[in-house]
Amino acid sequence: MATKLPKVPVVVVGMGWVGGIIAAELTKAGIQVVGLERGKSRSTEDYYHVHDELRYANRYELMQDLSKETVTYRNNEKVRALPMRSYGSFLLGDGLGGAGVHWNGQYYRFLPYDFEIRSKTIERYGKNKTPEGMTLQDWGITYDQLEPYFVKYEQMAGISGEPTTPDNVGKMSKPYATGPMKVTPGMKLFSDAAKKLGYKPYMIPSANLSQDYTNPDGVARAACQYCGYCERFGCEYGAKADPVVTVLPVAQQTGKLELRTFANVTGISHTGGKATGVTYVHTPTGEEFFQPADVVVLASYVFSNVRLLLTSKLGKPYDPKSGTGAVGRNYCYQVNGASTTAFYDDKEFNIFMGAGALGSSLDDFNGDNFDHKDLKFLHGANIRYTQAGLRPIQHNPTPSGTPGWGQAFKQASIKYANRVLNIAGQGASLPFRHHYLDLDPVYKDALGLPLMRMTFDFEDQDKELVKFIASKTKEIADQMGATKTEMRDSLSTYSIVPYQSTHNTGGTTMGADPSVSVVNNYLQMWDAENVFICGASNFQHNSGYNPTATVGGLAYRAAEGVAKYLQKPGSLA
Amino acid sequence: MANEEKRPPQQPQDDSRRRFLKYTGTAIGGVVVGGVVGGLIGANRKEDGKTKPPAPGASPATPAAESDRDYNQAFMFFNQNQFQITEAATERLFPADDLGPGAKELGVAFFIDHQLASAYGTNARDYMMAPFYQAEAYQGYQMAFRRRELFVLGLEALDGYSNNHYKKKFVKLTPEEQDAVLTAFESDKADVKGVPASTFFSMMRSLTLEGVYSDPLYGGNKNMGGWKMRNFPGNQMSYMDAIEKDGLVKMEPLSLHDHLTS
Ligand SMILES: Cc1cc2nc3c(=O)[nH]c(=O)nc-3n(C[C@H](O)[C@H](O)[C@H](O)COP(=O)(O)OP(=O)(O)OC[C@H]3O[C@@H](n4cnc5c(N)ncnc54)[C@H](O)[C@@H]3O)c2cc1C
Ligand code: SF4
Repeated sequence: MATKLPKVPVVVVGMGWVGGIIAAELTKAGIQVVGLERGKSRSTEDYYHVHDELRYANRYELMQDLSKETVTYRNNEKVRALPMRSYGSFLLGDGLGGAGVHWNGQYYRFLPYDFEIRSKTIERYGKNKTPEGMTLQDWGITYDQLEPYFVKYEQMAGISGEPTTPDNVGKMSKPYATGPMKVTPGMKLFSDAAKKLGYKPYMIPSANLSQDYTNPDGVARAACQYCGYCERFGCEYGAKADPVVTVLPVAQQTGKLELRTFANVTGISHTGGKATGVTYVHTPTGEEFFQPADVVVLASYVFSNVRLLLTSKLGKPYDPKSGTGAVGRNYCYQVNGASTTAFYDDKEFNIFMGAGALGSSLDDFNGDNFDHKDLKFLHGANIRYTQAGLRPIQHNPTPSGTPGWGQAFKQASIKYANRVLNIAGQGASLPFRHHYLDLDPVYKDALGLPLMRMTFDFEDQDKELVKFIASKTKEIADQMGATKTEMRDSLSTYSIVPYQSTHNTGGTTMGADPSVSVVNNYLQMWDAENVFICGASNFQHNSGYNPTATVGGLAYRAAEGVAKYLQKPGSLA
Repeated sequence: MANEEKRPPQQPQDDSRRRFLKYTGTAIGGVVVGGVVGGLIGANRKEDGKTKPPAPGASPATPAAESDRDYNQAFMFFNQNQFQITEAATERLFPADDLGPGAKELGVAFFIDHQLASAYGTNARDYMMAPFYQAEAYQGYQMAFRRRELFVLGLEALDGYSNNHYKKKFVKLTPEEQDAVLTAFESDKADVKGVPASTFFSMMRSLTLEGVYSDPLYGGNKNMGGWKMRNFPGNQMSYMDAIEKDGLVKMEPLSLHDHLTS
């Protein structure tokens, strides 16, 4: 039997970005919080020897240990789902700071269009524009409502960006906390070409600090060194905003956060529409504990957020046949695959240098910034050139037609190692009735609990989007003075094998209508008023952007919701 | 990971730690953060850049070692025969040429041996629970074979196929014949009794690139020879001063070992 611990006001499951922000905000307000993190503790000292591509990028040192838990995957309901046995399509965070430790730091607020996508699409194109099976939904919150929370995240993290933003993205009430990152020759070629074509390129807003910065909590961090070991690595300088060097120390400083690592939460207990606490296993010993709490916060990323609800039988599981129930509904991803590589025979670039969020991008073909009337898809993509640091194991570019091994491969891959620039689109992913998360009927984790099962594939919507966006990447690349360019514009079946993006979304969506959402716009659960669920799992769809700006904004909103609820229990909607 | 044991545990680590603490882990405003006080790094970087890699064997952990002897070059997993097939095959995947060394000279076969002996070789961090089913390519690796088992069976299959077609062991074939055998494996045209030839081939190809380009601490990329061919400077502390520059900025590469002892 689980050892019962003394009751606390708030227990937070998962200590990544969301858990860290909520813990900091609540403890600063004097509220006692217990933070449960299944992985180990982390500090900047762990990264003194982090410049090791094999260990961190290829062997996934910082990511979830799949031998203990993974997800299963199938393209559609007719085939058997099989486990993702080794890493591929996405990389799951684990340990203090979660994926916030090894992210890139590309920071994009979602567009005003995103939050009201259904209404705005119908308003502009009528009801028939949305294809059969697409389950677009408004988010129950507007950009303007979320705006002050974006600002909080930006000031906390020290987001670096241009003082003004283009008119085709959401307005900012306050400029970014620090100025933009440095401009490399490749970025200049991209933005000059884009401007020549009449587009509006801007520096990618970055959570890698452009300069030394002290945030409103008094946390001082140093400027980014463009070390090139950023995506998949921890930052040895603390320059990359990460929960471990921003929100978590602030929470700990209050003396109100009790942080427990190696605490793998396995279930939420509830009775009469309210949670009573959570059960967790202390992973080194296998000992079980029950932590009672007034409020339970799920901040354990998309898959654990959904899985914990389903294994705990909390909320109504989504049923794709009837379209009822909301837990597991509207799983979305990111539609990458539209890109053009520019090869230069006469120029070399220092593309091994870089920072996770260094780059230039444009939104002329993102959201509803362009007319979709005659197009066979909705939404679009942020088009960008990024210079995140290309390391030699994973970066061996060759022109098409080059053999994959042997002398010809060696010569071409070495020749072009420092002679390519890649222009790519990061496409939105829209929801479909038959894309969802549920519990796998066969495969279990190391503790015997069912794995999360994902049913997902790319649709015609995605294929059309990729074709269109690819043509734009080519148009830009062709203006960049390259010897030749090669475009990739076709998208086939979704595969779990190649890495694409760790931007999984949906499953505990937010909204104003409980039949198609799990939480209200304070991220409070409709079916249990003292449970708050936060993360990209709240997204009704994924935009043509990285998710964490919006995740961070929602986490600040959720923290406010929890504090309000503790003062005056009841529904906040 | 295997690199844990290979770190000299004594002096150098402490020195490096102290040196590193100069840059990081500063306590400011009562909140302990992993930040650097501005400017320090830029100022120190040049000195770092100048640091010469120490002579091999000069570390205090191996006193009086002969300078060109590499004690790390011995088998953790392979037998002699397996090693030789690996060395011959990977040299075909990444051959020596006028650009510089090939897989053999870079120690790739030792790298692969060490990797197969490690957590990677036993799929220690992969989901390996049953049931196992035939899968579509888009569902990824779905076999019960551990990587080290698959690799050894693949090596035997290379010899088996060579014997069938050329009446010789793989290592005795001409380079052109070896390429033909490897091509047959790559395209799944080699029938090798249950061994998934192309899976084995692509694993060997990945391991070869890893062995050529990973930090020399893992046994490949000998003397950073892989990095030097493509002007990759390895493990530098900072590119703050170089990031905006036009044209290729050339630097002496640094390895993680340099980081410990400089
Ligand atoms: C390589 C990479 C690059 C990325 N780059 C970007 C980028 O440039 N821009 C961007 O916007 N986003 C990026 N992301 C995504 C970003 O990292 C996530 O959006 C963000 O970390 C999500 O925060 P979170 O708190 O929801 O989840 P996480 O940071 O994943 O934290 C969740 C935590 O919960 C813990 N947990 C899970 N289950 C349990 C359980 N049962 N019990 C206890 N604890 C549990 C996990 O161990 C983890 O620590 C990137 C991700 C990766 C992997
Ligand atoms: S690129 Fe910058 S932010 Fe990223 S790890 Fe290096 S120093 Fe840190």
